[in-house]
Parts: sequence; structure tokens; C-alpha cells
Amino acid sequence: MSDASSEKAPAAASFWRDPEKRAWLFQVLVVAVVLALFGYIFQNTLHNLEKRGISTGFAFLNNEAGFGVLMSLIPYDETYTFGRTFLVGLLNTLLVSAIGIVFATLFGFIIGVARLSSNWIISRLAALYIEIFRNLPLLLQILFWYFAILPLLPHPRQSIELGEAVFLNKRGMYLPAPITESGFGWVLAALGVAIVASVFIARWARHRQDTTGQTFPVFWTSLGLIVFLPWLAFGITGFPLSWEYPELRGFNFRGGITVIPELFALALALSIYTAAYIAEIVRSGIQSVSHGQTEAAYALGLKPGQTLRLVIIPQAMRVIIPQLTSQYLNLTKNSSLAPAIGYPDLVALFAGTTLNQTGQAVEIIGITMGVYLTISLSISAFMNWYNKRMALVER
Amino acid sequence: MSEGKTDYIPGQYPDLPPPITEVGVVGWLRQNLFSNWWNTGLTFLGLYLVYLIFVPLIQWAIIDADWVGDSREACTSGGACWVFIRVRLDQFLYGFYPVGEQWRVNMTGLLLAATIAWLTVPKIPGKRYAGLFALVIFPVIAYLLLSGGSFGLEPVETTLWGGLMLTLILALVGIVAAFPLGILLALGRRSKMPIVRALSVAFIELWRGVPLITVLFMSSVMLPLFLPEGVNFDKLLRALIGIVLFQSAYIAEVVRSGLQAIPKGQYEAADALGLSYWKKMGLIILPQALKLVIPGIVNTFNELFKDTTLVMIIGLLDLLAIIKAALEDPNWLGYSIEGYTFAGLVFWLFCFGMSRYSMAIERKLHTGHKR
Amino acid sequence: MSENKIHHAPEGLPAVQMQGVHKWYGEFHVLKNINLDVARGERIVICGPSGSGKSTMIRCINRLEEHQKGHIVVDGTELTNDVKNIEIIRREVGMVFQHFNLFPHLTVLENCTLAPIWVRKMPRAEAEEIAMHYLEKVRIPDQANKYPGQLSGGQQQRVAIARSLCMSPRIMLFDEPTSALDPEMIKEVLDTMIELAETGMTMLVVTHEMGFAKTVADRVVFMDGGEIIEVNEPHEFFNNPQHERSQLFLSQILQH
Repeated sequence: MSDASSEKAPAAASFWRDPEKRAWLFQVLVVAVVLALFGYIFQNTLHNLEKRGISTGFAFLNNEAGFGVLMSLIPYDETYTFGRTFLVGLLNTLLVSAIGIVFATLFGFIIGVARLSSNWIISRLAALYIEIFRNLPLLLQILFWYFAILPLLPHPRQSIELGEAVFLNKRGMYLPAPITESGFGWVLAALGVAIVASVFIARWARHRQDTTGQTFPVFWTSLGLIVFLPWLAFGITGFPLSWEYPELRGFNFRGGITVIPELFALALALSIYTAAYIAEIVRSGIQSVSHGQTEAAYALGLKPGQTLRLVIIPQAMRVIIPQLTSQYLNLTKNSSLAPAIGYPDLVALFAGTTLNQTGQAVEIIGITMGVYLTISLSISAFMNWYNKRMALVER
Repeated sequence: MSEGKTDYIPGQYPDLPPPITEVGVVGWLRQNLFSNWWNTGLTFLGLYLVYLIFVPLIQWAIIDADWVGDSREACTSGGACWVFIRVRLDQFLYGFYPVGEQWRVNMTGLLLAATIAWLTVPKIPGKRYAGLFALVIFPVIAYLLLSGGSFGLEPVETTLWGGLMLTLILALVGIVAAFPLGILLALGRRSKMPIVRALSVAFIELWRGVPLITVLFMSSVMLPLFLPEGVNFDKLLRALIGIVLFQSAYIAEVVRSGLQAIPKGQYEAADALGLSYWKKMGLIILPQALKLVIPGIVNTFNELFKDTTLVMIIGLLDLLAIIKAALEDPNWLGYSIEGYTFAGLVFWLFCFGMSRYSMAIERKLHTGHKR
Repeated sequence: MSENKIHHAPEGLPAVQMQGVHKWYGEFHVLKNINLDVARGERIVICGPSGSGKSTMIRCINRLEEHQKGHIVVDGTELTNDVKNIEIIRREVGMVFQHFNLFPHLTVLENCTLAPIWVRKMPRAEAEEIAMHYLEKVRIPDQANKYPGQLSGGQQQRVAIARSLCMSPRIMLFDEPTSALDPEMIKEVLDTMIELAETGMTMLVVTHEMGFAKTVADRVVFMDGGEIIEVNEPHEFFNNPQHERSQLFLSQILQH
């Protein structure tokens, strides 16, 4: 085992035999090759761009775009610039990702817990869900919802209704839009007060438990406050909120919030697909906490609810959160499949339409990749920090 | 109460059958479905869901379905119209590959199946040669057979390639070509040379940080700009370059995890034997590390297989894209569910099979390590 | 079942009564007709070949395993499906596991105070005081703010003993407490257990440490094939075993 030390290089090794010098020479060569490759590509690109008459630089961002988009969260029409188009696309990407993350988490946790259920049928159904949706290409699922299922929905006149407020049809989903009137600020203020009060109650309850040992139902009290106080303010100020309900006018709905079918299908497919992965993460996270932990907690007299809250979940979350974050990242990257059904996300609007209009491929692909890369790297930096902080202390 | 205490000889107590409620069908039902009222409620909810999903599904897909015929007029019974798939099956499998030359695709497919069997069935010996064959010889044969132009084979343009055949080509070339690159990157990332390490990290993180679709966009619109005048890659090759670069980053990370799992003693032992870096890696470390990461590689391949569908967006006609195109045929409008269900079934069989295989290997590796 | 529920055991009644207890794992009959009374303050060592049902038997006492036939009465409370009874019994019965089962996300002190705070509803300061008291008893007060992962196996098992004692149990169960330890750490754990025995705690110990059995046990219970083969005083058991299976077991275990 320890014979290796006797093989040290002699003090005056010739240049070729000194591993350190060889390593440096090798690295210099690598750098030279990489630089040469980049130089070559750069030369070719400049030449090709010149020949095709494509301008370079980022000046095009200030040019008028000249095309409209299907959906925008900020004011936009064809007179706005390409820079604005970029922003519209970025916001749409973030919107569909956020919706997807919320629903994927919700479905994923439900199915993951169902997978662990002691009930055979529920557990099998959850396994079936996971195996089906994880093993089908996401693009296929997006196309399926958009081209195969959405056209089966009724025409606007026969919309599926939910309490005369939510309507679902071929053209999308229509939700009532809240319209605030003066005095609504009080309701928000009450909500703020309730949240602050909850924080204080939690602190007080903790302090009381530390000193007297008595527990206090913090969760239910806080929930009560957060629900009750805003309602109280709402009533006192005379219900200063009205809903603008979608209404059928002519062939389609007007008013309210419109969820275009592209957004609906994309968010649905992303949620369902990612939920299958999240369910597996939740299952393996909970299973990673050994059964001995539960037994030890039971043996100490902790109730099943307390065992879950104080022993299992804190340990499972350490396993779940990093993987969950990487699924959120995947979902955000997967939202770039939007162009397949024409949802105007960053890739569709910018790397698609804008690129076709301007031809400035290098800049546009560079910016688009840069956006995703920035998101990815910042999230992985956060994860490294989190993992370092949360890692179980070992010897 | 104290049954059998008097006439009881220690050590002679017989094995009694358990109470009837504990075992057999009754015990199973009680434990898994009806252990308490909450569980019983879940059971009925589950049964209702099964009824809600599977009864109409079976009705539509099998009982009411139309299977024979050659046009949409054959589909009259209101269930699934599998006639559409039947009529178009040729295209779904081969794309626009000339009918008279399709035997070449079949031959390649058979050879592929044999190679995979050689690689995966434990009983067949010579895994090392199988690996070499799969990575080097098979791709050459497949290329010669499919594109033709030599040995008296008629050349077939890649623009005619499509369907399942193209999906498999994209995925297989993606993994085979990305494999060596991925290993180099993994070694680079664990190298002691700072510049090599930095370059590897940058390369890996760049591709892992962006969606595949932007990579495909890049290789389809930016790559032509990078090449000198007059040189032109066809669309398939451009897509493949993008896929390989992308995939190599993921393989690098999988291989790196395997390299990290090899105990330090193995590295030290190899050093002690006086092996050079490449001999140490090639003879001692990599064979062990690669064996460890087979499940990881299969999982990456599984993801890649699903991701090949993205080439639709840059205009290649893989299985999914060609089905989508067929659905736009005015003669067959309105059979989207049938089309996508068929595509789903094919993809699912491949992916599910691979994930099961990788799980089986993982179990085998785990038991192997315990001993 | 509930008609012979005894509410509070007067002094002198057994701490643990097992009458005709049977248990099956599927078709496998693991516990066969177990009859055992443990008096207050009694120290019982349970030994036997692996798979003989020793662990299963003591795990039935705090309902980590469910028995399917017979009666188990712990400290005057009968174990039934009634959750309330199970809670009462688990509060009074401490358990030490083969693999320690400390909570890795909590410090040693937090491990010890968790149950007193949440189950006994004790103020934190008081719980910490008690925890420090027992950590001193097991001679590791200086490790209180470390995490279990930072301790040696022997130290972890001593923390686990302290953690159980913090609930002031009336009965302690030990499930092979030294089997997962390196030889040099076994002694420190056994010493702690001997000290505990000297305080008059009712103890049921599953172990292969025959030296411990000789010095501490009031009675030795030998199990094989799911039944109790022999219950005897340690001296009698080791020198003059009544049953041929006990003889065989002793000859095998005393060889080394």
C-alpha cells in the first residue's frame, strides 16, 4: 500500500518526464486549440454574415417589431420594439412556468402520498399515473392535450360552466376578474395585520411552550385570523370588490380573465408531466427516512401526527427540496416547447419570430440561451448554499 | 386463559395456522383495502376512479373500435379508428424511405435487436466485444446500409428518412457519439489541471443550463454560419450535432458520479502499480465506474429518447412529427386521439422497458455490493 | 377483551403480564403461547438464537408489533386497539434500539427534550435540566450540542438511553443494545445499563451478552422457535440448564 511514496520523481527530471511540466504543456495546447477553434468560427461567421447582408450587434432591439402577439401581460402591439417583444416572451415563459410549478407541486405531492398509501388500489393507481406520464414524451403530451382533447370541448355557446363564473370551451378558459373599489386597501391592510399577528402569535406560543410547556394551536388560530380579519374589513368597508364575470357576446366571451387554449394546454401538460417526477421524489424522500425513526418516535410516546411533523417531514424535506428545485428548473426549461402549439413564450417569440424577421441568429440565440443559463445557474447556486446549510452533520 | 399450560412440553409447541382474518384473501383484503373506515372509503373512491377511467377507455379502444378497412369510410362504429394507423403504418415506421429499399431498414433493425440482446442478456458471453461492436462496428454498418451509395446500394437521401426509424437513429447516434465525449468531459472535470477542469465545467454547465430546443435552434440556424463557405451539413446532421453536444454534458455528469463512487483505494492501488494516467483510467477506474453508472446511462438515454421528439420543431419528421403531419391530411381529419395514442403507445413501450431494465440492473448492483 | 381491563395495578402486581400471546407474520407463527409475568423492579434478560422471536416479543410490549391472540397488560393497562391505551403505555415504557435510532436532524439535547416537551408538555428549561441530568448520568454532558452523526456508536447508544430516561419511564426495553457496536464500545454501554439496573428500574433486555446476564439479571428467559423454552435464575440457567435446547445454545455461545 505505502510503496507508492518510493516512486517519487528524482529532483532533476528532464522536461518531458516531469508530470507537472507536462500537465502545463498539455493545458497550453488545449487552450491553443480552443482559441483556434473559436477564431475559426468567428472568422467564418463574420464572413457569412457579411455575405448574407445581415447586420450585427444589438441595435435591432430598438427597432419596431411590426408583428402582434397572441397574449401579453404588458401593453404591446406591432409598434413596439423587438426589445419589448423579448420582454413579452420572457414574462409569458415565467407565467406558464409559475402556473406549472404550482399545479405540478400540488398534484405531485398528492400522488406521491397516494403512492405510499397502505390502500392497495390507491397506491396502484398512483403508480399507474407515474409510470404512464413519466414515460411519454412531454411534447407528445402537449400536442395530445392541445390537438386531441381541447377540440373535443364544446363551442362557446355550450361552454362547460362552473357556477356561472368559470367557463371552459374550445377557445379557452374564462375566469371572473376581480375589480377593486376604493376601500379595498383596508382589506389588504387587514390581511397584512393578520399575517403579522400570526407571526407574533407563533413566537408567543413558542415562548409560552418553552416556559410553561403548554402548547397552543398556532396553525388554526393563524388560519382563523388570516381568514377572518380580511373578511371583517371587507364587511365594514361595504364589500368594495366586484367581479367582472365573463359574458357570452356574439360568438365568444367578453370580460373577465381569458386563459388562451395554448396556455391552458401547455400549463396542463407541464403540470401533469412534472407531477409524475415530483410524486416519485416525494415518495423516495419520505421512504428515505428509515422506519427506525418512526419506531423511536412512537416508543417515546409521540403521536403519529407529531411524529410526522417533528421527525419525518424535517428529514424528508432535506432529500426532497434539492430534487424538487431541479424539477422546477426542468419545468421552466421544458416550457420552451411552447412553439409547438404556438404559445408566445420566449423561444417562440424571440428565437422564433424575431429571429425570422431580423436574421440575427447569433445575438438572438445567445440572448435566449443566456436567459435560461442565468436562471439555471442562479438556482443551482442557491441549491449549493441550501445543501451546505441543511446537510446533516456527520463525522 | 392459560391454554395448554399443563400438558405443554417446552419446545414442542406446534405451528398453528393464523386466525382466518390475518391471511389469505380475507386477510389481504382486510389489510390492504378495508383496515378501517378511512381505508374503506379510499377503496371505494379508487374503484370509482377505475370505473370512470377504464370502462370508457376499453369501450372506445377495443370494443367499439374499427380495425379493418382502407379509408375513413370503414370507421363507422363510433369507437377508435385504428384503420388510420393501419393505412399509414408504413410511413410511421419508415418515413418516406423508398418501399423497395425498406429491407435495408429492417436489416439494420434486426442487427440492432441482436446487438442489444448481446449487450443486455446476461447469459451471452463477451460483453466487452459487444460494447465495442455496438459503439464502433454497428454504427458503420448501419450507416452504409441506410444511406447507401456503396456496395451497389442505391443512395437514399436523409430527407426521406422519417418515422420510428428516424427517432431511433436520433436517439442511438445521440447516445453512441455522446458517450466518448461525455467520458472525456467527466475525466476533464475531475482532472487536476485547472484549465482543463474549468473548460470542462463551463462546457457541461452551458449545455445543462439551457433547454434542448434552444440547442436545436442553434444547430439549425447558427451552425451554418460557423462553417466556411461552401460547406453545408444536411438538416439531420445539424440536429445530430446539437443532440450530441447536449447529451454529452448529461453523460459526463452521470459518469462523474460513477468516478466519485470508486473508493480512493482503487486510485491509490493503480498509482502504486505505476500505471500511467490513461492506463489507470482505462484499465482500473473506468471499467468499474461505467459498470456502476449503467442505470444512470439508461435513464439519460430514456430522457434523450423522449427528447428526440423536439426535432419536430426544426422540421425533421420523427415518429411524432410524421403522425402529426398525417393528422393534417384532409382525408383523415379528426383522428388526433388515435394518432397520438398510437405514438404514445410506441414511445411508452420503449421508455417503460428501458426504465424497468435500469431498475433491474440497479437492484443487481446493489445486491452485488452488499456481499 | 375489555372486561378484564385492570385500571391501576396495586403494588405487587406485575409490571408486565403476558398471557397466551400469539403472533403471526402472514403464515409464519412467530410467537407461540407466550406466558410471562415481570415483577416491578425485576431485571429480565431474554436470550436465544436469532429468529427465535425475542425482539418481536419485547416489541409487542409497547405495540411496535401487534399481537393477534392473548393478553398483554402493561402497568395495569391492557394493550388493545384503543389508541388511548397505546399512548398511555408508550409514555411509561422506554425503549433502546439496536441501531440507536437517534433523530439525526436534532442535537443530542434536542433528541432528549423532544418527547418531554411534546408528550409531557414540559417547559423547555425544565426538560433541558432533566436532559442534562441524564446526559451526566450516561457521562456525555459535554456532547449535548453536537449532532448524533458526530458521535461514536457507543456515545450514540448512551444518548439513546438518556433520551428514553428523560420520559421517566417505569419500564425499560432494550432490543439488542450492543449488537451494532464495536467491541471496545460495548463495555461503556453495558456499564451504563448496569448503573441503571442498580436504581431499581424494571428492565427487559434482549442481548447476547451473557456476562451482563450473570451480573444483573434476576431471571433469564430463553426463547427458541417462537416460544419460551426456559425461565430460570441466571446461576441455575448457566450451570444447570433444564432443557436440551438451552444446553445446545449455551454450548454454542460460550465456546468463544
